[in-house]
Amino acid sequence: MSTLTPDPAAPAAIERRGIRLGDVLFKGVAAVAAVGVAAILALLTYKIFALAWPAMQEFGLSFIWSQDWNPTTNVYGALVFIYGTIVTSFIALLLATPLSIAIALFLTELAPKRLASPIATMVELLAAIPSVVLGLWGILVFGPWIAQHLEPWLQSWFGFLPIFSGDPSQAGVLPAALVLTIMIIPITSAICRELFSRVPRDLTDGSLALGSTRWEAIRRVAIPYAAPGISAAVLLGLGRAFGEAIAVTQVIGSGNQINRSLFPPGDTLASRIASTYQGAGSNIEVQSLLYLGAILLVISLITNVSAQVIVNKFQKARRMSTG
Amino acid sequence: MSAAEITDPYDITAKSNNLGRRRRTQQLVSVLALLSALFAVFILALVLGTVLYKGLSQLSLDFLTKSSALFGQTGGIADALVGSAIIVGMATIMAVPIAILVAIYIAEYAGPKAASFFRVMLDILNGVPAILVGIFIYGLLVVGHGQSAIYGAMALAILMIPMVARATQEVLELVPRHLREASLALGVPRWRTVYSIVLPTAIGGILTGAVIAIARVAGETAPLIFTSSIVTSQGVSLDVHQALATLPVRIFTLSESPSPDDQAAAWAAALILIGFVLVMNILAKYFAGRKRKSLEGV
Repeated sequence: MSTLTPDPAAPAAIERRGIRLGDVLFKGVAAVAAVGVAAILALLTYKIFALAWPAMQEFGLSFIWSQDWNPTTNVYGALVFIYGTIVTSFIALLLATPLSIAIALFLTELAPKRLASPIATMVELLAAIPSVVLGLWGILVFGPWIAQHLEPWLQSWFGFLPIFSGDPSQAGVLPAALVLTIMIIPITSAICRELFSRVPRDLTDGSLALGSTRWEAIRRVAIPYAAPGISAAVLLGLGRAFGEAIAVTQVIGSGNQINRSLFPPGDTLASRIASTYQGAGSNIEVQSLLYLGAILLVISLITNVSAQVIVNKFQKARRMSTG
Repeated sequence: MSAAEITDPYDITAKSNNLGRRRRTQQLVSVLALLSALFAVFILALVLGTVLYKGLSQLSLDFLTKSSALFGQTGGIADALVGSAIIVGMATIMAVPIAILVAIYIAEYAGPKAASFFRVMLDILNGVPAILVGIFIYGLLVVGHGQSAIYGAMALAILMIPMVARATQEVLELVPRHLREASLALGVPRWRTVYSIVLPTAIGGILTGAVIAIARVAGETAPLIFTSSIVTSQGVSLDVHQALATLPVRIFTLSESPSPDDQAAAWAAALILIGFVLVMNILAKYFAGRKRKSLEGV
């Protein structure tokens, strides 16, 4: 090697110093961009809390469990919207998770290739529908159908449950939850599909060779293997459901109280901000809306970070087990 | 079923394994999975079909070339089309270069710890609800300066950056190591290697990511409500320092209106928006195909 090392005084060495400068510059610019992205996240968090600060001082933490939202007396609280966010998102999750897992299993394990690929494309396209268009469909087509058919049907069979009591309504918590279900199915199913496609063939083949049916191989091998990833996928879907503002605003109907029934209108944190911001009268109402935004930010950060933690742990464990 | 027979459920030599029941379970599961997939396809067809059916009857040249009327007649969406094009275009110009730089830093320069830190940052930013990004720009810039198309574009750019950066970084890591090493061994500096060898190889994947991100933010409504929704100008406007009408915000306002004319206009506008999104997705598929080719060719 040493024979090849050029004389330090040779032009090549000078050129190399110039090369280094280009590298330093390029790396520097790229690093600034990366740090900038992290800074945006920090600034965003700071700014939302700073904007909401006057309302936080005015109402304190009791804002979170207060049910009032009254622009005439200027008393505000978040409980109705926290409740609405949690109820709509969890119903969406309850319906979307099994469907997503089933779709992912169908596409990776059960469907013939020729069928799997077009169906996968169509499920992807479902995610591409803008939320405002889904909301338009929700308010003008889906909502009326729910009020005329689904809710009366639910009531006639399960009317003894308080969640299905009261008059059917076009706009309400149930339509919002169902629209959210439609929105998160493509997200969770896409992640699950990738998880299942990564399950080592040897493992499922081994199970099949031992005489298990395809379903038994899936249930005993593929699903346990992918389980941590599935929970992360579910959390990511949940984060999406928490934060969806527009489609929910269109179908949930802006209710001001907590109802045991899923039929009447409600509101979520995001939908209340989206629907009221333009019409907000007083400063304190705007600041209270931003307080709702701060709560939403905290909830979605927790959900997302937990999903990240699960994914990272999962990958680390896999790396260790495979080599 | 005797106890001896169930001790080993996988023992295929055993006489009875409840094979019939297990086969039926298998068939039942297959049918349920098929139904779930068909359900998703059905919903897609239902939404697309409704938009097509209700939007097509309303669509006309007038609708596309005239602007919204303030009172009375519904008018057209020319102003919203132009506004959306301007805002999404500006957002793309802001976001894509930054996103590619971030991806290059993560994939080419950062150590494993820094790389995973920035990846997580991007994923978290990607998970921040769009409406909060709108509030952020609102608090940072709109308060004091008023709404403007530029601020709308900035909000959309913040949403685009993590999408494009993650897609780019993933495809950069797919570029074979030996390509980089060959270039470096020839004495080509690292930045030049990235610029002339790595990026061109990965261009298909980068374009796929960018096009998908454009399709997604073109339909974003929530950030624009805070940054570019109070439109004062009438007719088509190119003034980016003022709020511009956009397609999603127009659909949102029209959808909340009780008037059947407005609702019909909302369907037609939705048809245009969905048409654009579908075209972008087809384009993304095309670029993805090129990506596969260019990565397989090496």
